[in-house]
Amino acid sequence: MPETLLKVEHLKKVYESSTGNVEAIGDISFEMGSGELVCIVGPSGCGKTTLLKCIAGLLRPTQGTVELDGRKVTTPPPNMALVFQEYGRSLYPWLTVRGNVELPLRHKKLGRADRDRLIDDALTAVGLDHAAKSYPWQLSGGMQQRVAIARAVAYQPEVLIMDEPFAAVDAQTRADLEDLVRRLHLDRGMSILFVTHDIDESVYLGERVIVLSKSPTWVQEDLAIDLAPERDQITTRALPRFTELRTHVYEQIQRAKRGEAVRSAG
Amino acid sequence: MTLYTSRVVVPGQRSQAWKRTAVNILYAVGLPFLLLVLWGIWATVSPEKFFPGPLVIAEAFIDTWVGPAFFVDVLPSMGRLALGIILSIAIGVIAGTLIGLTRWLRELLEPLLEFFRAIPPPVLIPIVMLLMGITDAMKVAVIVFGAVWPVLLNTIDGVRATDSVMTETARSFALTRGERLRYLVLPSASPRIMAGVRQTMSVALILMVISEMFASSSGLGYRIVYFQRNYLIAEMWSGIVLLGLIGILLAAIFSIVEKRVLRWYHGIKEVERA
Repeated sequence: MPETLLKVEHLKKVYESSTGNVEAIGDISFEMGSGELVCIVGPSGCGKTTLLKCIAGLLRPTQGTVELDGRKVTTPPPNMALVFQEYGRSLYPWLTVRGNVELPLRHKKLGRADRDRLIDDALTAVGLDHAAKSYPWQLSGGMQQRVAIARAVAYQPEVLIMDEPFAAVDAQTRADLEDLVRRLHLDRGMSILFVTHDIDESVYLGERVIVLSKSPTWVQEDLAIDLAPERDQITTRALPRFTELRTHVYEQIQRAKRGEAVRSAG
Repeated sequence: MTLYTSRVVVPGQRSQAWKRTAVNILYAVGLPFLLLVLWGIWATVSPEKFFPGPLVIAEAFIDTWVGPAFFVDVLPSMGRLALGIILSIAIGVIAGTLIGLTRWLRELLEPLLEFFRAIPPPVLIPIVMLLMGITDAMKVAVIVFGAVWPVLLNTIDGVRATDSVMTETARSFALTRGERLRYLVLPSASPRIMAGVRQTMSVALILMVISEMFASSSGLGYRIVYFQRNYLIAEMWSGIVLLGLIGILLAAIFSIVEKRVLRWYHGIKEVERA
């Protein structure tokens, strides 16, 4: 396993409310190496978003720690970027596509030329160099999510965290965006933590799939995906191994939903 | 395909646009013109001392306001009005942002703000007059005291209503406080703020006139009351017409600024309607 980049240890999150406490996350521990693409998949309502917010430093865990590059995460770390599911609410409609990508770079100490190069490069990477002057609301949903990805890429994070980024786009766009994520990972060696509820997506994208239990959540299985790094929507998905893996993950999720999986001590 | 469509020449488009503009102007001016004509006929058929005809008022308008009165009364009034509006917007936006973003400040000030907003500003004129004298500053103070509320309260609401995902985005990219204000909080509140500015401008115009009606010796409000008390009826009406024209001017300036500031907002609305 490559050098550890992200380390989640015994993370627990309890939401306190007047009607009683809700234990969203029971005890989650996993590690992610530098340059990996890890998918997290779990039954709906298993606290995936809560987990991500804790990892991103947006939410304080009740117990346990998150470490990025050996440093404990308490506030959003500067070497991490997020892509949200709700692209419409994550992009700023009063800024152009270029303005949105540029925004997080403003306080980085970069020269004008360097900044422009980063923006152009990121927009080209997601295939939106022609739309730099448009506003996000003039674009389709898939294109808007590309803008959000470009913004994260230009930020040059050590780890990119994506929270069900393609849940709100149509199936064809989704396939394109999945390939975009694969390409960013392969061409640029980006470390990506990808949360999804789509089992096929997790197997197609990931090098590892972490299956979560139902709430209060723990890691039910950490599965290595032994498919070739070069993947293709048609051929990869037709491989017998792909079918085996997705069936396996699917069964795990079903067990998770029924609460059959029993947690081993430790 | 785009190559061809970009080369297509549509003949007569220009004249069509002209025609549409002409029709629009006709619609805009049509009814006022018709009313003026009716009023003119009415005034000739049955002359009334207190309701002179439009031609008489037009004549009085030119005699009264074109000349030294423009510099003695109209310009100073408009200057105070402009200053009052600018101060109201500045104070309203700055204080509103502070109050909207600071919870304890909001809870501390909310009852007080409700109270002060409920006071009709003209009743303060005698007090402010005692404190500040019959000065330009006093008149501007009265305008600001009445006109600041719509901007202030709308800014508080607008700033508080910043979308949670947008805020999380700003946090996750570690935007600085200044950047968050400049690129997130203020733009997202801008539709509300502009709605407040629109009300502020009309309140300011009213208060400009009223602030000059008390113990003043110049200004548009003073002139109108002066004409009234001296039975210079046509002149009085011409002053009222001038106020209406100033109102239209303000609305025009507002609409130009609003189109620029809220371009994105109207764009979204258009996309949603399509």
